[in-house]
Amino acid sequence: MTNSISDLANDSRCIFIIGSNTTENHPVIGTKIRRAVRQRGAKLIVADPRRIDITEHADIWLRHRPGTDIALLNGLMHVILRDGFADMDFIAQRTEGFEEFRAVVEQYTPELTSQITGVSAEKIEQAAHMMGENRPGALVYAMGITQHATGVANVMSCANMQMLLGNMGVAGGGVNPLRGQNNVQGACDMGGLPNVHAGYQNVTLPAVREKFEAAWGVPLSDKVGLTVTEMLDGAERGDVRCLYIIGENPMVSDPDLRHVQHSLDRTEFIVVQELFFSETCHFADVILPAAAFAEKEGTFTNTERRIQRVRKAVEPPGEAQRDSWIVKQLASRLLALGAATPDPDAPWGDWEYDTPEDAMDEINALTPIYGGVTYRRLEAGARLQWPVPDKTHPGTPILHTKQFSRGKGRFAAVDHIPPAEQPDDEYPVILTTGRVIYHWHGGEMTRRAEGLLAVYPEALVEISLEDAQKLGVRDGDMVRVISRRGEVEAKAQLNGRVSRGLVFSTFHFPASSVNWLTSAEHLDPLAKIPEFKVTAVRLEKVEEPIPAG
Amino acid sequence: MPVSLTINNRSCSAPDGATILDAARLAGIEIPTLCHHPDLSNVGACRMCVVSVQGARALQTACTTPVRDGMVVDTMSADAVATRKFVLEMLLTDHPNDCMGCEVAGDCELQDLVYDHGVQWPEHSGQRHDWPIDPDPNPFIFIDRNKCILCSRCIRACGEIQNRDVWSFAQRGFATKLVAGADEMLLDARCESCGQCVAYCPVGALTDKMSRGKGRTTQVETVRTTCSYCGVGCNFDLNIRGGQIVRVTSAQDAPVNGMALCVKGRYGYDYVHNPERLTRPLVRAKWLTGVEEKVNSNQWTVISQAEKRTATHRSTNGASATALITDNRSLITDDTFIQTDWDTALDVVAGKFAAEKMAHGGDAFAVLASAKCTNEENFLFAKLTRQLLSTNSIDHCARL
Ligand code: SF4
Ligand code: SF4
Ligand code: SF4
Ligand code: FES
Repeated sequence: MTNSISDLANDSRCIFIIGSNTTENHPVIGTKIRRAVRQRGAKLIVADPRRIDITEHADIWLRHRPGTDIALLNGLMHVILRDGFADMDFIAQRTEGFEEFRAVVEQYTPELTSQITGVSAEKIEQAAHMMGENRPGALVYAMGITQHATGVANVMSCANMQMLLGNMGVAGGGVNPLRGQNNVQGACDMGGLPNVHAGYQNVTLPAVREKFEAAWGVPLSDKVGLTVTEMLDGAERGDVRCLYIIGENPMVSDPDLRHVQHSLDRTEFIVVQELFFSETCHFADVILPAAAFAEKEGTFTNTERRIQRVRKAVEPPGEAQRDSWIVKQLASRLLALGAATPDPDAPWGDWEYDTPEDAMDEINALTPIYGGVTYRRLEAGARLQWPVPDKTHPGTPILHTKQFSRGKGRFAAVDHIPPAEQPDDEYPVILTTGRVIYHWHGGEMTRRAEGLLAVYPEALVEISLEDAQKLGVRDGDMVRVISRRGEVEAKAQLNGRVSRGLVFSTFHFPASSVNWLTSAEHLDPLAKIPEFKVTAVRLEKVEEPIPAG
Repeated sequence: MPVSLTINNRSCSAPDGATILDAARLAGIEIPTLCHHPDLSNVGACRMCVVSVQGARALQTACTTPVRDGMVVDTMSADAVATRKFVLEMLLTDHPNDCMGCEVAGDCELQDLVYDHGVQWPEHSGQRHDWPIDPDPNPFIFIDRNKCILCSRCIRACGEIQNRDVWSFAQRGFATKLVAGADEMLLDARCESCGQCVAYCPVGALTDKMSRGKGRTTQVETVRTTCSYCGVGCNFDLNIRGGQIVRVTSAQDAPVNGMALCVKGRYGYDYVHNPERLTRPLVRAKWLTGVEEKVNSNQWTVISQAEKRTATHRSTNGASATALITDNRSLITDDTFIQTDWDTALDVVAGKFAAEKMAHGGDAFAVLASAKCTNEENFLFAKLTRQLLSTNSIDHCARL
């Protein structure tokens, strides 16, 4: 998030949610938004193909077709520009590329936008006016924006919107992606990405490479590594021979599980570090039992870049060990075996870490945005949101207050591109995927939390009343969902959330995971994000076997 | 403009719009309260906070009465104290005498106030309610209406913090009943099981079902930490007793969330102690030597199922399908998982990694780091990948 949860909750005069089922996936932010609407009259606009919970509180609900986010945003911006709501001072002083952008947006008249998105022209006009009249406004998005073949372009469109309205760098404004996992922000910050070291320092830049080579005392690769999806393709081809999978369960959460199975099957050596014997463990050669969050010390970074302590409350079960211990043990063995020989004079070449705080010292030294994030400060109650360049810096609750990281904010001229996966006569229905409030991700933890499983014990598929009637399916009947890649069975849920031609389901339950259906081929060309939000499927009723006798 | 007033013969000042209660607390003067909570709106329902105000005909509720310039307040007037005692006595006439077994004893605002005011248990009490105990199947929220003092804090917590409006009062007078929705079960009344109502209940009427009998506030240690589910980053206190997490309690000073949590953060912690947790390293027999001997001497154990699955395999949905069964008499094939010691497992991994690196270089490796692990751990995963395995092929589920 460019901004903080508190200024979203307290200062936004208009909150625009697109592609985020906030109530279920970021529940406490969801309640804060409900509160902002009810208690201080903030305006709320929600764009989502499904009638998700938060639409109940919306002043305007834009029900656009899946995969038409860019068209919708362009249409809204068309009206904002046309009716004089654009912040021309902000645009002149802080941005570039406006003219090219304007040329594209001018084509998206409410009528054209309505044709593409299915949202009425009146609603588009109303929503655009509401955003223009109520500033500062915050834009909130999540996987509903990123998990498309056009994910990166979708994100750029969101940034366009906020620059156009001058909603950047102010409390209550900003572009606010809600990050999914508890520490997905931190895993990115720490260099758990193929193209950057910790702190988003690009591996291909000579200066960066030299800095880390000097710190770690070995030559480093300047070649961008593989993304998750590319790793599996590499494994299938036999190029990737060893997979080290830490606390992830690709056999539930990655697209096209048959492809995942095939890739894992062909991998020479797989190490899985886990809490439970996950579906992926079936393909492992070695499984290392790890510790849960309550069993270790460290820090997590939340969606608003806030670094917070995780503290040990209980011991791991049996001989399970903390991940930091495991990785350190592996490192010292690899060093002993001569897999690498760091220069003994390199300041951070060795693996002498007694506590997570020792690792944080190295993070401070090598990661400018975490330069001043120390345990001492956190323990003393400092509330730190990165960038925190030094040990006296108070942190940065709002980004881009004076200028953007790259100087001027760049408008991107982006056009609507239809989803890569298109329905046809054989697969006429669109499946969109997500999570529900009672479960989390592949369900590894929540299926093992008794109460959560009791409330939501099995996979459900949301189906519209019309489609259900056509199939002769009632609430609770089993249906089969079939895509070009596979099929799953789950119980139909007729809760009025989806419209005709759309179904929704989750990946919380392995055998019914929607990822037996999704595609690993349709990726965003830049971010390599799979198109989880649009899969063409058909539905069948699962006939109950006729009881014998 | 700050307002000046006198409380208990002390002159104090408070911001305009403050209540007498706010002014007193600013001045460090204690006024007992029950239905008031600083996070919630004030309703003036319980009359615990009554005070005498010079010139006023009746006692005033401090939590709802705004300060005025020159106001003279006595929080300990005979009238006020007597009224408070009467309020407490009235509450006790319709309260079970169950502090001995009550979940919240030691952490109960009613119990503390009764103690502070020296109120005795009423010998002759009239009609008492006899509501069914734990009538709701919600797995997280235990309801005992017999202990409800009708303070409405749960109603306001659900309405104002969670904004869900599940709770309300039905009927009037003695028949007043706290109801969910149209007197239905919580989940049918669209309850999200966030537990905010439980967290704000001052007595034992709403309690955390999973924690009952596992440790009162006075018996647990608390550890402040950050949630392991979503990216909101809520903080809360793990309540620990006997080496186990027995409860999660929220904390007003949590930076992001204050007292608010969602169902996963508050009630989704028991996976940590799930019996299916992996407790020893597992290695396929083909990577080991001397298996028979180690198994016969019971240093290693054999996992009797979990053969390598084929590409057509479809795993089941149930959680228990993954419980590992050990059986040292079962047949050992190359693909059999053996539970080994750490040194063996780590040597196998490091040995294989070193050999592969020698033969194929860094491109042979790919590492999936974890959005569930800490920053420090992820930093070390990235360092291992880049420094020791010589590749940048590290990623995690950010895209999934
Ligand atoms: S658990 Fe949450 S949603 Fe349910 S009644 Fe209590 S406060 Fe309301
Ligand atoms: S259940 Fe608790 S919070 Fe709710 S009215 Fe009764 S005593 Fe008050
Ligand atoms: S308590 Fe709920 S909202 Fe808060 S971090 Fe945990 S999962 Fe997210
Ligand atoms: S605390 Fe003031 S009336 Fe209840």
